[in-house]
Amino acid sequence: MIKRTGGPNIQACYQCGTCSGSCPAGARTNYLVRGIIRKALLGLKDDVISGPELWFCTTCYTCTDRCPQDVKPTDVIKAIRNVAVAEGYMLEPHQKVALKVLEAGHAVPLEKESWEKLREKVGLKPVPPNASSHPEAIEDIKKIAKKTGFDKLVAEKEKTEE
Amino acid sequence: MAKPKFMHFLGCIIPHRYPSVQKAAELVFEDLDMELLDMEGATCCPAPGVFGSFDRVTWASIAARNVTLAEDAKANITTGCNGCFASLWDADHELKHDEELRTAVNEALAEIGREFKGTIEVTHYVDALYNVAGLEKIRKRVTRPLTGVRMALHPGCHWMRPKLIKKKDDSERPHIFRELCEASGAEYVPYKDELICCGAGGAVRTADVKTALDFTKQKFDSLLAAGGADIIVTPCPFCELQLDLGQVEIQKHFGEEHKYNFDVLHVVELLALAFGHEPEEFGLATHLQYMQRKNEPNWERLGIKT
Repeated sequence: MIKRTGGPNIQACYQCGTCSGSCPAGARTNYLVRGIIRKALLGLKDDVISGPELWFCTTCYTCTDRCPQDVKPTDVIKAIRNVAVAEGYMLEPHQKVALKVLEAGHAVPLEKESWEKLREKVGLKPVPPNASSHPEAIEDIKKIAKKTGFDKLVAEKEKTEE
Repeated sequence: MAKPKFMHFLGCIIPHRYPSVQKAAELVFEDLDMELLDMEGATCCPAPGVFGSFDRVTWASIAARNVTLAEDAKANITTGCNGCFASLWDADHELKHDEELRTAVNEALAEIGREFKGTIEVTHYVDALYNVAGLEKIRKRVTRPLTGVRMALHPGCHWMRPKLIKKKDDSERPHIFRELCEASGAEYVPYKDELICCGAGGAVRTADVKTALDFTKQKFDSLLAAGGADIIVTPCPFCELQLDLGQVEIQKHFGEEHKYNFDVLHVVELLALAFGHEPEEFGLATHLQYMQRKNEPNWERLGIKT
């Protein structure tokens, strides 16, 4: 799974550390790209997917642009995150954002009247022509999430937290 | 020649939090004889680092739905957000090259009577301005050059990275965004951490705002060490939010003494000013930094009102 979506070259990693040396997240947190890739190659799945540091990558792709072996570390990290989410490791604020997209069609919805006023202040219509004014678009998103099983993934998490 | 037309993908942050960017884009594109079409019923892109980290097929399916709206209109997409650009461009690119993903996505899209066909291109405002309008036309349209304004840049990540896939610019030494901004007449100021991430992406701001702000703070300190600047210009509203509202949040999380005073502009806001539009025409003063601090842009430093 990681090889297919993350990067077929992961096995070419020779642990040079260019990724971690380039990493602005690693400079201030315990997030270590090189270490995660090493652990993934060793098959230490539970260790890799359960660590909260997995979520400190901002996906800036600096490591990907500098990796001498074309391992595509950012895509590897995203693929590992997909596995983590599928196995129930999703942080609460992330689950909330996912639910917002399913409920409002947007991760950052229009939400309050004050934001409509802000739009009027700059000379725009109060509601933009996106999902904020198209409820049928939100229905589309719900149908897609139902088909891919993403709705359950988010909802199940909600239950276990209650 | 027919007027270039684009489906205008707004995303979330531009229409819902930084509407001045939407208004400025409308002004600038019109000035350059390019048409922006409303993209009725578009949803969240959805955010590549957030949704893409959760479930790749769901992410690609929702992004593909947005792309099919433009396929119906037979027009390329343009967007002013690095995140939206990355989501829609990456999904479009991956769906054009990955049969297995395309099959899975089209199965999901069949539920809503849609199909990804791969008939359009996804562009960023930067592409539309640099490649379609062109620097020559932009320079000719400048009626109020921002001469003497010292401008730092924050190009952000997702327009140009990963460089081998996007093939936009050299991400270690980019020049396209800089040339576009320099067309305004402002003076480019380099600083060491110009190319590092603002800190907001990849679901980090959502999970841990203080860690995200620590990136931002490093950028600001690096800029001050290089002698400071009058403005910071970015091609992304999420970076803009992080750099603009982030100044207020840094004081909250790191202490009042960490006070930065940078005016942060989206590149279309910079060009709108250079094209002679008054800041009130697109609401520059509605940036969240000013709303929270109850102040205004530093007009004198911007050379707009003295």
